[in-house]
Amino acid sequence: MKEWEAVIGLEIHVELATASKLFCGCSTAFGAEANTQVCPVCLGLPGHRPILNRGAIEYAIKASLALNCDITPQTTFDRKNYFYADLPKGFQISQFFYPTGTNGYIDVEVGDRVRRIGIRQIHVEEDTGKLVHLGDIASSPYSLVDFNRAGVPLIEIVTQPDIRTAGEARLFLQKLRSIIEYTGVSDCKMEEGSMRCDANISVRPPGSATFGTKTELKNMNSFRAVQRATEYEIERQIDVLSHGEAVIPQTRHWDEAKGITVAMRAKYLATDYRCFPDPNIIPMDNDPGWVESIRQSLPELPDARIRRMVEEHGLPGYDAETITSSRDLADFYEATVNLYNEPKVVSNWIMGEVSRCLNAAGKKLAETPLTPRRLAGLLQLIAKGTISGKIAKGVFEDMFASGQDPEAIVQEKGLVQIADTGELGSLVTNVLAANPKSVADFKAGKEKALGFLVGQIMKETRGKANPQLVNQLIRERIEGM
Amino acid sequence: MSLLQDLRATSLLKLLKAREITAEEITAAVLGKISEVDKQINAYITVTGEQALAQARQADRALARGGDIPPLAGVPMGIKDNICTAGVKTTCGSLMLAGYTPHYSATAVERLGQAGAVMAGKTNLDEFGLGNTNKTSYFGATRNPLDPARMPGGSSGGSAAAVAAGEASFALGTDAGGSIRQPASYCGVVGLKPTFGLVSGYGVIDFAPSLDTVGPLTLDVQDCALVLQAMAGRDPLHPMTEGAVAPDYSSFLGRDIRGLKIGLVREYFGPEIAPGVKSRVLAAAEKLDQLGTIVEETSLPHAAYAAAAYLVISTAEAFSNLSNFDGVRFGHRTGGQDLHNMYRRTRFEAFGPDLRQKLIFGALVLGAGHYEEYFVQAQKIRTLIKRELKESLRRYDLLLTPATPDPAPALANDDSLAMRNQDMCLLPANLAGLPAITLPCGSLDNLPVGLQFMAAPYAEGLLLQVACALEQQLARPWA
Repeated sequence: MKEWEAVIGLEIHVELATASKLFCGCSTAFGAEANTQVCPVCLGLPGHRPILNRGAIEYAIKASLALNCDITPQTTFDRKNYFYADLPKGFQISQFFYPTGTNGYIDVEVGDRVRRIGIRQIHVEEDTGKLVHLGDIASSPYSLVDFNRAGVPLIEIVTQPDIRTAGEARLFLQKLRSIIEYTGVSDCKMEEGSMRCDANISVRPPGSATFGTKTELKNMNSFRAVQRATEYEIERQIDVLSHGEAVIPQTRHWDEAKGITVAMRAKYLATDYRCFPDPNIIPMDNDPGWVESIRQSLPELPDARIRRMVEEHGLPGYDAETITSSRDLADFYEATVNLYNEPKVVSNWIMGEVSRCLNAAGKKLAETPLTPRRLAGLLQLIAKGTISGKIAKGVFEDMFASGQDPEAIVQEKGLVQIADTGELGSLVTNVLAANPKSVADFKAGKEKALGFLVGQIMKETRGKANPQLVNQLIRERIEGM
Repeated sequence: MSLLQDLRATSLLKLLKAREITAEEITAAVLGKISEVDKQINAYITVTGEQALAQARQADRALARGGDIPPLAGVPMGIKDNICTAGVKTTCGSLMLAGYTPHYSATAVERLGQAGAVMAGKTNLDEFGLGNTNKTSYFGATRNPLDPARMPGGSSGGSAAAVAAGEASFALGTDAGGSIRQPASYCGVVGLKPTFGLVSGYGVIDFAPSLDTVGPLTLDVQDCALVLQAMAGRDPLHPMTEGAVAPDYSSFLGRDIRGLKIGLVREYFGPEIAPGVKSRVLAAAEKLDQLGTIVEETSLPHAAYAAAAYLVISTAEAFSNLSNFDGVRFGHRTGGQDLHNMYRRTRFEAFGPDLRQKLIFGALVLGAGHYEEYFVQAQKIRTLIKRELKESLRRYDLLLTPATPDPAPALANDDSLAMRNQDMCLLPANLAGLPAITLPCGSLDNLPVGLQFMAAPYAEGLLLQVACALEQQLARPWA
């Protein structure tokens, strides 16, 4: 049985979160009615002139810096010429000759090793329109085109062929998304298409200096899909080669439902895009001072943040990584810790209740009434003994749903913990009288029986009794019998 | 109305201000002239008579109210039909856009409208502006009003013919490789190609954005200053105008030209230039000398390569720039079995053979394996020519050349190589983005002969100043 090594390179398109398009003032907002965010420029009407959106270049430089790239001294644009129904001008304005960023990398933790995945280049280009079909493309009697997306700024991130497994591809993508999300230049939503990934895959005998014949995978709409599709394609190629056949260079489509890749079109004739500098766009100097100010504006990136959380907050590495994987969550964590300085407690709550409720509701933090002040308030109520940890979970759910302050919920629902020895004392008397067997068991040394008796009190008080206090009262009472 | 012999804007404005004529009368006269001669000349693709009369009446009301009179109030103009006009067909002389009506106007048109000018119609041109004969228009060739057996030149041939025939007071053209200046010269009118970036190109259906500019064709230099003034200056819709500087051009007219240095470009007085043309341009140089300028011979050694560089760059840009004409969203469409078949059929049917040949050439020079060999080389030549002209214009205030090697050729002339030569003196200004003006300087066999001045970027004032001084020394048909 021959061994094989896979060689994977990724091409990731990320939509930049600018308010307007790359070469006109049209809105980039997602989800508008078809062809309502268009103008002569992005429709390619005769006589149009592109006007470069400097903000998009700033975003591209920001992303490039975050991915450790060198920045080209001048922003230039070129035309990539081809005909397609979603391409209004008959050419796409892109950076063919001088990409904004080159020669970058991301460090990805794979198991206990760190793999450095090279980034060949990051270039800016305009998105195309979107084709809409009745049913699927093959059987639809027509194609409709929505040009709302045409002209939306994208960056295309091209990696070196440094990735070796499907798992690495997924980890790389997750890390990439996290970094881009931190920079704020994109929301990186794969499901809305603001982040799209294609993979170039080939296999070769391990240690071989040359590459095998590659195929290009498209239509992977989630991290999981990238991993599954890549896995499948590697296996498929190994299978083909093991049977003495040759891999055909082609573009293949990932069929999510069937879990297979399907040939779309042959690649043997390389398309000639006849790229040349766009005569309508004046080259713009990327002034070193400007680039430096963009570098200064970069937020702390995930790696540095994880290090700080571990070193300064004393969080376990796992906690730090989980929390930093989303900037929202990490920002929320830090703001909460600023108000309630118990990092591990806050981390437990964020990885526990907060994440659980967010997942269940399918929402982002910003879409909920949850605030660091409210969470910190809740944790302080526990610390002061006003409510128990168990009651707190219920309060949290209320808070999550209604947006009320935890103090108000506790007051309103009468959830203040009963820590009055007099009140609890009479409850203890009743419970002990009603459960003579448990009392006897405890006396006989069965510690478990104590748990049962405490539980009875908690039940009576609907969880409001201070459990430590109840525990102590029962012990004293039985020992005094 | 035939009393209206002098259609110069300055003359018309005098009559209007003196209440000796109304804008409506002027427009009616011009429309009358169009219906009288345009069947033969074919200067216009679309005549906007009703709209023009309405605009003229509006101008009359403004004049009656008094106060500030807009600088071109009631002056009738023709607009080259590759310049967008809201609500008026803009065909580019092509079947591709034969039915196309844009919903917005080019900035240049907007500004002329604000200056009070009245649009008489849209003028004929070589298909999409690629040509210098006006014979490649889908709407038929334009004839030279001075001799209908001759061509008016192109691609702004309709604009030049309209002005020369009295079918407009002035017209707008576009010039990517002599397309204003060559027909102006053939038709005996003044043509100005402004500095690249002085006049907004927003709304101009150009084929070579790095070369193309909008400019006026007028009856004299004073009108040229007036029309340029109305259009020039920054336009947020066209970033190329970011550095535009537009001084008061009229203030340059009549200024002393003594002591200005004028370089006579040796390379443009060679065997390609008809002896009769040469002698008339040299006679004009003699007049300039008498007027106190210092005229010296100078050289532009790389000028000889301008035509080759222009051919490569202009067709490459055209190949790409005309790719939006795919039959999908506007313009002509020929159905096909599938998308790519539809593209092929649409573009084959709706583009004329001459244009198709140029687009194919452009695709070729950008193709894999040819890009370095042709396109990159052409850009290098362009850089050399730019540098050479810059250097030369440090030593001279203006450069002087003939406008064209010959007067207007016969309409039947099909020698395409000889025709290409007709732009030889004009191309360097496009490659270098410099302003250049042509004006008539005599006649040969009853056909006008033109000369050209080039100047440094944004030195239109100087160009107009010298052109005006020279013009006053030359015979003027309306004097």
